[in-house]
Amino acid sequence: MRITQGCFSFLPDLTDEQISRQVQYCLENGWAVNIEFTDDPHPRNNFWEMWGLPMFDLRDAAGVMMELNQCRKVYGDRYIRLSAFDSSHGWESVRLSFIVNRPKEEPGFRLERHEVAGRNIRYTTKSYAADRPEGRRYG
Amino acid sequence: MPPNELTTRSIPANRRTPPQESDMNMHSMTVRGKDRYKSGVLEYKKMGYWEPDYEPKDTDIIALFRVTPQDGVDPIEASAAVAGESSTATWTVVWTDRLTAAEKYRAKCFRVDPVPNSPGQYFAYIAYDLDLFEPGSIANLSASIIGNVFGFKPLKALRLEDMRLPVAYVKTFQGPATGIVVERERMDKFGRPLLGATVKPKLGLSGRNYGRVVYEALKGGLDFTKDDENINSQPFMHWRERFLYCMEAVNKAQAATGEIKGTYLNVTAGTMEDMYERAEFAKELGSVIIMIDLVIGYTAIQSMAKWARRNDMILHLHRAGHSTYTRQRSHGVSFRVIAKWMRLAGVDHIHAGTVVGKLEGDPATTRGYYDICREDYNPMRLEHGVFFDQHWASLNKLMPVASGGIHAGQMHQLLDHLGEDVILQFGGGTIGHPMGIQAGATANRVALEAMILARNEGRDYLHEGPEILAKAAETCTPLKSALEVWKDVTFNYESTDMPDYVPTPSVAM
Repeated sequence: MRITQGCFSFLPDLTDEQISRQVQYCLENGWAVNIEFTDDPHPRNNFWEMWGLPMFDLRDAAGVMMELNQCRKVYGDRYIRLSAFDSSHGWESVRLSFIVNRPKEEPGFRLERHEVAGRNIRYTTKSYAADRPEGRRYG
Repeated sequence: MPPNELTTRSIPANRRTPPQESDMNMHSMTVRGKDRYKSGVLEYKKMGYWEPDYEPKDTDIIALFRVTPQDGVDPIEASAAVAGESSTATWTVVWTDRLTAAEKYRAKCFRVDPVPNSPGQYFAYIAYDLDLFEPGSIANLSASIIGNVFGFKPLKALRLEDMRLPVAYVKTFQGPATGIVVERERMDKFGRPLLGATVKPKLGLSGRNYGRVVYEALKGGLDFTKDDENINSQPFMHWRERFLYCMEAVNKAQAATGEIKGTYLNVTAGTMEDMYERAEFAKELGSVIIMIDLVIGYTAIQSMAKWARRNDMILHLHRAGHSTYTRQRSHGVSFRVIAKWMRLAGVDHIHAGTVVGKLEGDPATTRGYYDICREDYNPMRLEHGVFFDQHWASLNKLMPVASGGIHAGQMHQLLDHLGEDVILQFGGGTIGHPMGIQAGATANRVALEAMILARNEGRDYLHEGPEILAKAAETCTPLKSALEVWKDVTFNYESTDMPDYVPTPSVAM
């Protein structure tokens, strides 16, 4: 399967040049770009690990691309995403977020059904990979 | 609003139509003292409802009406009558006025302008004191402003065009239960419009068949599916069946994609008790969103908005019925007023037009509605039909929904007209896809992502749109086939409601 979180998951994987243009768009809007990685891509896992702090005051996408390549060297077997933060009043949250690195194989999720009263079912989404300890889930 | 701001700023001098009223009308005619309360009938304009020198206070609510007086009726008198009948007046003088601070409670028409290019129609600006309204109640506001006055005999027609809601009044409302920012955080979707589809056929599917459509559409790439306005609890599908099968579909699609998904479960019902029961069940099943119809009424909408805030639920509003009073230019209530009321009332989504789709919507007017939903401050923009500066005082933003006759081939136009914070709902454009529902959903999602990518790259996506879509279709057969099937579908009809003012080049200062 292919996890389709993020803004561009339905397109073929972006090239570094394409990623760089998206980063430049974020920087020109005054947003701080953050690199995050995880091996627990559960749809409700909001807090992926941070690769350093969001890069405030950056002008050139090259800075982000350099960090991204560093991050890939260490965590290339995991999901990596870029998130852009807008600090302006009334927003103060993420403006753009997209996946820039994936594990070679994405086993995806199992849906567990727990039958309860009447016809009700309690659903739990479980990542196949997350059954193993962090750091040993992919590859 | 500071004194005089309305007259000096609201209508720029170069757009003002010279007054055609006699000079006498430009001054107060209010009868004062003992004579004002002599038994009998007095013209409204002499009772204190026409005060051309009145300077609206910051805390006043201001309503703008389009007044069409009956033949031979003085427009000033007609406008004063609107002010009177929507506030304290009755048809005759009553002595009991003298027991009250009557001058404060009288709504004051302070300005009447002929409508450009529309003989016989007048824009009447009427100021209402804040004390005339119960805090936090759309029912009370609307009972005054549109309560009796629309059937008043001396008027041929009357339309409420716009309202200025003072911050002091805005702050008495909860506002959208969730708001655009938190909705995006909860859904974990940033940087692009959200995608939805209404399940079709809207009537007749069993719960099981209905859930199938939901699953296919969500798995294929949509973020939301939606019940239609008239899907409640009918013999072919009772509401619990629908909820149970829909949530199976949502959870299955969520696991299949790793993305948060939702389906608007319509909880509209005959009584509040039934609606609460349905909403509670939706919550128990883990739905992120429920839906209501505009026809349930303002009070029911506010109740559901409070319920939604208490229960972490996104609240979708379908504007069922609005065209009965919003569409005609001369009579009724403009949708921009309904949008303002709904932002106060506290819904999170509202259908606000597509421009390019099958339903009514002139681009400039629609832009005005979208601004009202999404901005914290709306400057007056007559060319978009926005007559007042409106501060929203950080009230949550309301997500507009574009639905009705739109398809993937229009993605560049939709993005250009409607922007990024919008839900694009492709019902037929998903379910009618020749390769099936999943393929229809995928086509829409790919088209959208390709367009956002191109926009962010700085491309002229509006003009290069067809090219961008064709390129994306090279690696996506469903999109290729969608573009082929719907390539010639457009809905170009004359709009029935357009702004009265068009931008004119202004002289550089």
